[in-house]
Amino acid sequence: MRSLLRPIPLLLAVASLLAACTSEGSSDGPGGRVELSFWTWATNVERVVDIWNREHPDVHVTVSRQTMGDELVTKVLTAAEAGNPPDLLQAEYQALPTFVSNDALADIGEHVGEVREEFAEETWEQVTLGTDGVYAVPQDTGPMMLYYRADLFDRYGLRVPTTWTEFAQVARDLRAKTRSSYLTTFSSNDPGWFAGLAQQAGAQWWGVDGESWTVGIDDEPTREVADFWGGLVSEGVVDDQAMYTPQWNKALGDGTLLAWPSAIWAPAVLESVAAGTRGKWAMAPLPTWNPGEERTGNWGGSSTAVSAGSEHVEAAADFALWLNTDPAATRALVTEGSLYPAARDAQSGPALDQPPAFLPGQSTFYTEAKAIADTAARWTWGPNVNVAYQAYRDAFGAAITEGSRFSAAVGVMHERTVADMRRNGFTVRG
Amino acid sequence: MAAAPVRAARLPSLVLLVGAAYCLLPVAWVLVAATKTSSELFSTSTFVPGGALAGNIAELAAYRAGLFWRWAANSALYAGVGAALSAALSGLSGYALAKYSFPGRTVIFNVLLAGVLVPGVVLAVPQYLLLARMGLADTYASVLLPSIVSPFGIYLARVYSAAAVPDAVVESARTDGAGELRIFLRVALPMMVPGLVTVFLFQFVGIWNNFLLPYIMLGDDRKFPLTVGLVTMLKQGNSQPALYNLVITGALLSVLPLVALFLALQRYWRLDLMTGAVRG
Repeated sequence: MRSLLRPIPLLLAVASLLAACTSEGSSDGPGGRVELSFWTWATNVERVVDIWNREHPDVHVTVSRQTMGDELVTKVLTAAEAGNPPDLLQAEYQALPTFVSNDALADIGEHVGEVREEFAEETWEQVTLGTDGVYAVPQDTGPMMLYYRADLFDRYGLRVPTTWTEFAQVARDLRAKTRSSYLTTFSSNDPGWFAGLAQQAGAQWWGVDGESWTVGIDDEPTREVADFWGGLVSEGVVDDQAMYTPQWNKALGDGTLLAWPSAIWAPAVLESVAAGTRGKWAMAPLPTWNPGEERTGNWGGSSTAVSAGSEHVEAAADFALWLNTDPAATRALVTEGSLYPAARDAQSGPALDQPPAFLPGQSTFYTEAKAIADTAARWTWGPNVNVAYQAYRDAFGAAITEGSRFSAAVGVMHERTVADMRRNGFTVRG
Repeated sequence: MAAAPVRAARLPSLVLLVGAAYCLLPVAWVLVAATKTSSELFSTSTFVPGGALAGNIAELAAYRAGLFWRWAANSALYAGVGAALSAALSGLSGYALAKYSFPGRTVIFNVLLAGVLVPGVVLAVPQYLLLARMGLADTYASVLLPSIVSPFGIYLARVYSAAAVPDAVVESARTDGAGELRIFLRVALPMMVPGLVTVFLFQFVGIWNNFLLPYIMLGDDRKFPLTVGLVTMLKQGNSQPALYNLVITGALLSVLPLVALFLALQRYWRLDLMTGAVRG
């Protein structure tokens, strides 16, 4: 299976020359103390690491805060090629195949293998990539849910949709009642969001078949999801502005947008961009494609991985394990970093007794959330998610501007992703 | 001569005014936005100031135990030391290229000109791989060293010393028995000051605003300059709110030193223009 993840080396001649140089990444501190560097972007994770450092005087972890995103993947790979990687790094699930196919991560299975029971099966698969190895410890997940303005739903007499058909009808009803608001927006700038919606519909963008990859980005479920949203956008009942822009922030705060299909971590985002609407939002399961179905996708989620180039793989693996499974650590991750822990016990831990401060009225928020999280679809990430994501931004951006069919944009994503995999030496079937 | 040019000047003035507004509006936006709390930022009218500037600065100062000030000090170090060394190196090289004739001078100068055309961004990754091999990645030197050599600075210093330092002066100093280093330091350097100040300013602004080089070189966030540090506050992932108000306040504070530097060094540029006018 390992060979599957490794492409035929094409441009690695220079890189392998440079990889021969010595590692400067970690060093032993005074008195034989092990020093570990940790690249992460998780909010306030320093405070969690402080607990570890107090309890483990012989292994000291230093947090170095980084930016999340594709740039960090490139930075980590460059550092690994140069023999200078951090000992520990936070990695989004979708980046793990990229890291592993570049030999950047250590297989920590022998150090952490026994904890697989603490995670849901589909979460654990994210860090094994379907192999016998273990390349990271799951940290957080992002099960998707629907957030809506309960007060405005009441004012306009809207019912919370349970299926996507109802969702479309609510979007139309709202536009019939007011021209100043939309139910939600379709963002051509957030491929992770669209991937989550496709997961829910049963899409499988990547898969492993024997010794080769399969790519199914333009599979039936994805095309249906795309055309569903494309129809709503061209009908003019769903907005087409991007998320995470100042304009979008404003729209969430002033009631221009009434709902947001998002993930478990949405309250923290809403709190910061639309603080004035505290208490006016509510959470419901994401609408489903078939009535009565219980199913969702994941948007986001990350893990803690150990660099292949680390001199202290075992100590680093111990830390990764502690950070994501120790009750004190996961509680601190929840309270200090507002992460939704991947470990099952932590999901029903005492830190999640109370609903998020932003939704004080929904007292059973985390009980409902756990039930939703359990219905997350299985999913395999491919080795070039960044390429597929960039193709999403280009193709859907163009489809919105030109008013063309969204399923055609899915086709563009598919072609560009497959072409890139072939170019990099991966075997792709079909 | 009186009326016509005045009327003709109206259109250019208008164009310049529009241009000025285009450049100044974003600055004004930053100025106003820095006074708002995060909830006011997206809910109140764009150019209505809030009253939270002091609060934002205090919050920024408290962020991770004052890390912002450390980033500011790092930026000052990278830009200050880098620009000073770069100006010194450019002055020496430019003077040598302008005033000495030696084999390969044209070749060196042409290579230099080619170097001016290569954007520094392209070189960041190769420079990282080289410095990592020397064991210098993730050190202050990894950002300083590439900043010191500036083809454009050397080019500017060459052009400037060719024009500002008359050959006759160098010759007469030589006949008076002064050594070459002494001639450079005592005779040529004072004449080159306005040019070198320009090089210093260019480099200072360039290093201060540089993002990619320190982003690639540095892993340790306590060595980050302001540019990289502020971005880490902005991009904490989908699940976390960007600290917009703090980042905007930080951006405002980070341009203040540049403004101060330009105001302080402006008189050298005036001197430059005046000396040119007198000679002309």
